[in-house]
Order: sequence, then structure tokens, then C-alpha cells
Amino acid sequence: MGRTAKTNKIGLTREEYKGSKSTLCPGCGHDSISNQIISTAYEMGIEQHRIVKLSGIGCSSKTPAYFLGRSHGFNSLHGRMPSVATGALMGNPELHAIAVSGDGDTGSIGLGQFKHVIRRNVPFVYVIENNGVYGLTKGQFSATADEGQYLKYYGKNHMPPIDLCLEAIIAGATFVARSFSGDAKQVQSLLQAALRHHGTAVIDIISPCVTFNNDPSSTKSYPYGKEHQIALHEIQVLAPDYVEGKEEITIPEYDEGEVIEVDMHDGTVVMLKRLAQDHDPRNRLQAISALEQAQRDNLFITGLIYYEEPRQTLAETENLLHASFARLPDRLNRPSEQALADVIKNFM
Amino acid sequence: MVISSPLESASSLTQTPIINDFAFTVATQNGSGSQTSNNVLVKTLFDMGIPVNGKNLFPSNIKGLPTWYTIRASKFGYTARRYQTEIVVAYNPDTAAEDIAKLPENGVCILPADWNWTHSRTDITYYEVPVKDLMAKTDIPSDFKKRVENMTYVGAVAQLFSIPLDMIYTALLANFNGKAKAADMNMQVIRLAYEYFEANVEKRDPYRFEPMDETRGKILITGNEAGALGSIFGGVNLVAWYPITPSTSLVDAVISFKHLRTDPETGKSTLAVVQAEDELAAAGMILGAGWTGARAMTATSGPGISLMSEFSGLAYFAEIPCVIWDITRMGPSTGLPTRTSQGDLLFIHFLGHGDTRQIVLMPGTCEEAFEFGWRSFDIADRMQAPVFVASDLDLGMNNWMAEPFQYPTEPIQRGKVLDEEGLRSFIEQHGKWGRYMDVDGDGVGYRTLPGTDHPMAAYFTRGTGHNPMATYSERSDDWIENMQRLHRKIETARALLEKEIPPVVDVSAGAEVGIITFGTNEPAIDEARDYLASRGIQTDYLRVRALPLPSAVTEFIQSHQRVYVVENNFDGQLCQIISLEHKQSLEHVTSLALGDGLPMTAHWVVEQIVAREGK
Ligand SMILES: Cc1ncc(C[n+]2csc(CCOP(=O)(O)OP(=O)(O)O)c2C)c(N)n1
Ligand code: SF4
Ligand SMILES: [Mg+2]
Repeated sequence: MGRTAKTNKIGLTREEYKGSKSTLCPGCGHDSISNQIISTAYEMGIEQHRIVKLSGIGCSSKTPAYFLGRSHGFNSLHGRMPSVATGALMGNPELHAIAVSGDGDTGSIGLGQFKHVIRRNVPFVYVIENNGVYGLTKGQFSATADEGQYLKYYGKNHMPPIDLCLEAIIAGATFVARSFSGDAKQVQSLLQAALRHHGTAVIDIISPCVTFNNDPSSTKSYPYGKEHQIALHEIQVLAPDYVEGKEEITIPEYDEGEVIEVDMHDGTVVMLKRLAQDHDPRNRLQAISALEQAQRDNLFITGLIYYEEPRQTLAETENLLHASFARLPDRLNRPSEQALADVIKNFM
Repeated sequence: MVISSPLESASSLTQTPIINDFAFTVATQNGSGSQTSNNVLVKTLFDMGIPVNGKNLFPSNIKGLPTWYTIRASKFGYTARRYQTEIVVAYNPDTAAEDIAKLPENGVCILPADWNWTHSRTDITYYEVPVKDLMAKTDIPSDFKKRVENMTYVGAVAQLFSIPLDMIYTALLANFNGKAKAADMNMQVIRLAYEYFEANVEKRDPYRFEPMDETRGKILITGNEAGALGSIFGGVNLVAWYPITPSTSLVDAVISFKHLRTDPETGKSTLAVVQAEDELAAAGMILGAGWTGARAMTATSGPGISLMSEFSGLAYFAEIPCVIWDITRMGPSTGLPTRTSQGDLLFIHFLGHGDTRQIVLMPGTCEEAFEFGWRSFDIADRMQAPVFVASDLDLGMNNWMAEPFQYPTEPIQRGKVLDEEGLRSFIEQHGKWGRYMDVDGDGVGYRTLPGTDHPMAAYFTRGTGHNPMATYSERSDDWIENMQRLHRKIETARALLEKEIPPVVDVSAGAEVGIITFGTNEPAIDEARDYLASRGIQTDYLRVRALPLPSAVTEFIQSHQRVYVVENNFDGQLCQIISLEHKQSLEHVTSLALGDGLPMTAHWVVEQIVAREGK
């Protein structure tokens, strides 16, 4: 008799949250992020049919095929995932979405859609797997590549990088985080919080391309990330149904003033224990200046950079019925014959 | 050779009254408020029971450039643009000389007296409107005066051609949504001009309106409004768009009818209108929504279609229903953005890289704009494909008489969608389910929608190669098999469209000559056929209303000795599509393509066919 596998609160094994086998290069940072998504969904006991997975084009954008095999997925066009996500969540506002993009997909061809989806506050998790290069087209510089960086075929990069977290905050994002694919625990905590966010939640995850951009001198490499990551805080996400005493608070003993509790829309509490430096993600100016400072001093800071009580989502702004429209009875999708007759009178 | 259309010859030199059978050109400056005056005139004639059509020939400009509006009244019911109009209201000094020169013998020119122009033509009648003096007599605040000045010609026209003032007032009120204050202000000017003409001007021309009973029960509406209404009744859930003339008024109309889609129970809507950041995003949004099973559409014109090409290819290949309206204008590029055209037909039929063949519906009337408005969603869902609706500026932005729209004849048809129960029985029957399995042999697979609570329901949608199970594949045999299935699907679509949107055919003449066309050329061709018949040239007629091309076209071509394919683009695009699909000899088929930016006239059609038929 084989061992019965461990299951989560809805009776599924971790295995059942996997997708098809990855075809990325062994060791690619993107694969570890897929693994964190699998673990997070498993731990949270997510019902996969309520989730849709979306992506653009790139190595990173291939990954939705490799996690949550029971969720519908849509690998769309290069840089255009945000519009497809918008449509999906407007077509069925009951759905939740996890979307994956790359730094090329988001920072270059898709920069416009990135900013506009945030501005509309479409509620979904927007993961950027940021490796500083175009992996799938074999290693060109992306817009997040380091200034002065050198690549064999393309020479020196003379342009300053675009900081996608800064862009997100300026576009009006209400949840902005940065992480490192090598930091499984932090990625999972951030995903957990992001999945509960009532708006666009952007997580920019430095995710090394082992094939084209893993030289220790690159800020997007494993060796660099491992050595230089500065976690601003230790994160624990307490679900709204968290019962004190019953569940363990994993954040160790702390002194007063060392922990910030961020209350989320649905009652979730995100506990942030100060590590590297004081950082209050609820302060927009502080978030922007922390990112500015990090860029200036070449520091790799990670954690929940910015959080704000979310404004209305696009579906709410549009006063949309919370329903799967395809499943509604005809009478809600088609006005009556009398309604037509009444309108027609105005044109007589 | 210059040929008059049947009615253009009516303006003879005699003074026999000419009743309900002539046309106006109103020449003004863009942005001067003439739209209201012209709409009111058209609506009043319509209310008088006279068949009428108004066309706005406007510049790409907000204020200042010349604009022309033509109004045609025809007791015969002809609605095509006239090659020449008998009357001009010359209110734009920049174009007046040319406008007057275009008048036929015995024409009429109405112009402001303040210009003090010499009456250089002796073969026409001039009437002068003392615009300044009339305006001075009103008590209208000076900041409003400029905006209502054009009402002086409405008053003059009403008096000269016998339009009752009370009917004008009714039309004015309707135009201002019942707001008496605005209507009264305009009416004051109209009345002053009317009274001035009554007291001081002797009528010296033969043109006159008389009430008829030819518009009872009909409506007056633009194609864009009709399309918008059709979409609302088709169950559209998301309209994503980016403003572009001449499609903007379609979305504006959707917004104005949006209240029809409020659920009375919750006060919530089942329709959202999202102004996207560009047409690329608009297309992405409708694909996202279509993928979830919702009904989504966009409306745009050529430049927007260009931006949608990558998504159109994806929708075709990943098999996602959505509806794209192309209110065609003159291109390539910005072209003549406020002129009409049928120049996108080839582009949209093949839109997308690789081997694509898109479904295209081609409305020619407002009734069809409404019908295709709702039917396009059923076709998209049943064919799991994007559906393009190729309208144009002429249909979309001008006012047309139409029969009241018929409520959709069928319930909403969502095509092959498997819910939890459906999926269970599909798997029971076939052992497994794959998104692109063709178990019915018609090329159309069964799809599940996101949100379906079944462990086997999910699949991965992609633009990359895939096999029947929707898994990634780069195998050549999978690729070919998939393309062959898509080809079967195109044939299924052809048969479906031939049945549900068959071509309009008139072979009652049993003629040697056949005319094939599509879209808004019908009024011009109808009129031309009457005229040709009167000159002994009988013609049969076929108007294509959907692509892929119906097989009826082949029969029509085979059964006529000479066939003319008449269309309003430069390259003869429908004719090119026919030559691709029609396998028999095409030696007797001639392309008659115009593409001058204006709605087609009967005059042009007659000229072209007579020149070739040699009569
Ligand atoms: C319209 C378009 N242009 C170009 C490409 C080619 N292309 C595919 S992936 C890619 C770059 C991907 O880079 P990134 O988003 O950083 O993803 P990564 O592969 O690095 O994860 C490009 C340019 C494409 N697929 N579509
Ligand atoms: S090329 Fe780079 S990004 Fe792409 S799979 Fe390989 S390691 Fe990952
Ligand atoms: Mg990249």
C-alpha cells in the first residue's frame, strides 16, 4: 500500500495543482516561480476552476501551461496580456486571474497596456518574471537591463533601466511588490497577499535567465540576487478567517515598533516585520523614494513596496453585474420585444 | 457622354411644377451648426410622408472647412445620392462660386443677401436671404446668434417649397429632445425668414413639396444607431473601443441605449463599454471576454483594423468568438477620414498573418445593420470565430428610411459550449474531451468556458501550434490536420451564412446582364436598373451579404452572359474575391469599381453599363 498523499483543505494534493511539464532551460528562474504559484494555490486551497491564467509571449509567458492544470489558460500576444485579462474579467467578473509576463513583454512592447490595466484597477495578480533580457528571442537587452551591462552579441547597454515597480506606482497601482525567484518563502507570501487584493497586484520578481543573463555582474543573476537581496521585511499573511491561538504566527518575537500590520480589503492582515530598514508600504512617497534610492545606490530591495486601500475595480466602475454572462438567462442579456418597440418609436 | 438619371431629366426648362422629386445641396462651414438645420429639414420631409434621404459630406475638421449636406426627396422612393442637385443653399462664401456653377439649368440658388453677389448665371433662379437683418430682429442673445443663423435658410426653404411651419416645429422639438426653449429660439429665426419670403419674394421656380403617404410606419435612423441597437438586442456584454470616425457614433449609440441592459432586480448592468487605450487593447479585451463566453464587440475603421490584425489572426486560430465592426472610410492610412469607402473588404476577409479567412457580414441597409447586429454574435459563437461587419460611412453616419426593426427571431445561440453536465456526457460518449476534437465533422469543436467546475474542463488557449487535445505541438501533421479542420469550418460557415444571410437576388428580368454588388451601392443600382430598363437594357441583380462567398454567386455568374461587379473601392475587391473562389471562366465578368469617397450615384452606374452595353 502506497502512502496516501497529503491533501489540502479541499482534498487535493499538491500534485493536482501542477500543469504540464516545463520546457524551459533547467535552472530557469521562471520555473521556481511556477513552483511558488503551485505551492501557494495548494496551501490556500484554491479552487482552480475559479482561476484563469493569462500571459503574453516569452519564456516567462509560457509558464502558465506549467502550473494549475485545472485552470483555463490563455497564452495571448506579446505585450497584450493586460487587455485580454481585462476582457476576461469583464466577461465573467466572478473569475480570479493570475497573469504572467516578462520584462520585455511588460517593459517594452506592453508598457502601455501595463499602465492602463493598472489605471483601470482590473483585479488580478500581475507577475513579471524579470530577467533583464529577452529569453525567448535569445538574449537581447530588455528595458530593465542594467546600464553599462555587456552582452556578447549586443555589446554594451547605454540606456538606463525602467523600474517596473516605479512605473506601477505612478500608474496608480495599489499593490506593488518586488521579489527574487530564489526567495521561495517571500514569493509565496507576496502571492498569497496579492491573490486577496481587490485590484491589480503587481509583483516584479527578479528571475534569472540562466542561459543569457546569469553572469554574477548582472543584477538579474542568481549569484547577484543571492548575495545582494535586501528583504525590507519578513512577511506573514493572516487570512480573514484566521483564529488567534489556533494558527501559529510564524513571525518570531518582535519588539514594539518593529511590525507593521497592513489591513487588506477582505479582512486579511499582512504582518511586516522590519528587517533591513524602516519601510511603511502604506506611504506612497516613501515607496517611491525607497525605489529611487535603491536605484541610485544599486540596492536590490524586496518586499511589499507599496500598498493602498484599493479603489473601485473596473467592473465596479462600470456597475457590472457580478456574474458569468454566458450563463445568464436570455432575458438579462436581451431586452424585451416591448423595449424594442419603445425605442423604435423615437425614430418614427 | 453625360447621362441624367431618370429623375435628373425631370428638371426641364418648362415651368410645370416639379413635386417631391428633386434634391438640395446645403453648403455651409463645418461647425456652424448646420447639422441641426439639415436634420430638421430631412425629418420634416419624412414626417410629410415624402421618401427622403440626407447625406452629410463633411470634412475632417471641427470648425471652418467646407461641408455639404445633400437632401433628396423622391416620390419614387429613390434614396441614392444625386449626381447633381437642382437647388443649392450657398451659405459658404468659400465654395459658393463652385457650388453655383454646378447647378443645372433651371436650378435654384439660395444665398445670403449680405454678400451682395452679382447674379452671374441667367439660367438659374437666385433667392437672397437677408441674414444679418433677420438676425438683428431677433431677441436671441448675441453669443447664440451665430449658432442659429443657419435657420434662416430653413425658413426660406420652407416658404419657397411649401413646407408647413408647424411640422418644422415638431421636428425641431424632436431634435432637441422636447426642450421647448431651444426649439423656440430656432423657430423664431425660421419664422422670421419665412415671413420675410412670404411678404417680399416672388416664387420663380417649379419645385415644390406636397404631403404624401409613403413613410407611414417607417423610421429614420443611421446605420450606426441600427447596428448599436442590434448589438444591444444581440446580448453584447462588452464593447471595447477607441474613437475613430466614422465608427464613433456606433459606440455613442450603444452608450445611449445601455440603460436597456440594466437588470431591474439588482440595478446592475450586463453591458460594459470600455474606452481602451488603442485598438490593439480594444481587440485584446473582446478576445478576453469572448473566451469566457461573454459577447464582446468593437467598432472601428481602417486604421483601427490595421492595429487589430494580430489579434484577429489569434482569434481565428485560437477560435474565439468576437464581433468587429468596420465602418469603412477612405484609406490607406488616414486617407480621407470623413469619406465613405468599401476599400477594406479584402483586408478584413484575410485579416491576420498566415492562412486566415475571416467571416464578413456586409449590411446594405439599416434593417440589415440591426439584424447583423444581433446575428453576428450567434454566428461568432456558433462558428467560434471572429465575425467582421463591413459597414461604411454612408450607411453608418447618414439618416436612412427603414422599416421598424424586427425583434430577433431566434433565442440567443451560444454554439457548442459544454457545461459541467455537457462535459460529463461528452466524455462518456467519446472517452475523452479535447477542445479541438471534431466529433461532428463540421470543423467546429466543443468548448468549455472558464469557471466550469469539472476537473477535466480546463484547456490551454494559445496562438501556437496545437493538436485536437489543445496541447502544444510543433508537429507538421498536427499543423496540417488543424488547418484542414479550420478549412472544414470555413465551409460550414459558408453553408450557414448562405442559409441565414443569403444574397439578395432579383432575376425576375431573366436578363442577359447581371449586376453583382454589396453594401450601400444598392440604392444607386436600384435606380440605375430602372433607368437602364427604360432604355431597353434589362438587368438581373445579386447583392452579396456575407463572406465566405455564397455559391449562389457562381450560379448567377454562370447563368448570365455579361456580369458587372459594381463596388465602391478602387481595386474591385469583391471582384477579386470572386475570381479567387469562382473556378469557371470569368471572361464575361467585368469589374466596375469607383472609390471616389462619395456614395455611389445611379448616374455613374448607368454611364458605366451603357458604355459597355453600347446602347
Ligand atoms: C509582435 C511580436 N513581436 C516580437 C515577438 C518575438 N518575441 C517573442 S518573446 C520576445 C521577448 C520576450 O522577452 P520577455 O518578455 O522578457 O520574456 P522572457 O523570454 O525573457 O521570459 C519577443 C521579442 C513576438 N512574439 N511578437
Ligand atoms: S532562455 Fe532564459 S528565460 Fe528562457 S527558459 Fe532559458 S533560462 Fe529561462
Ligand atoms: Mg525577459
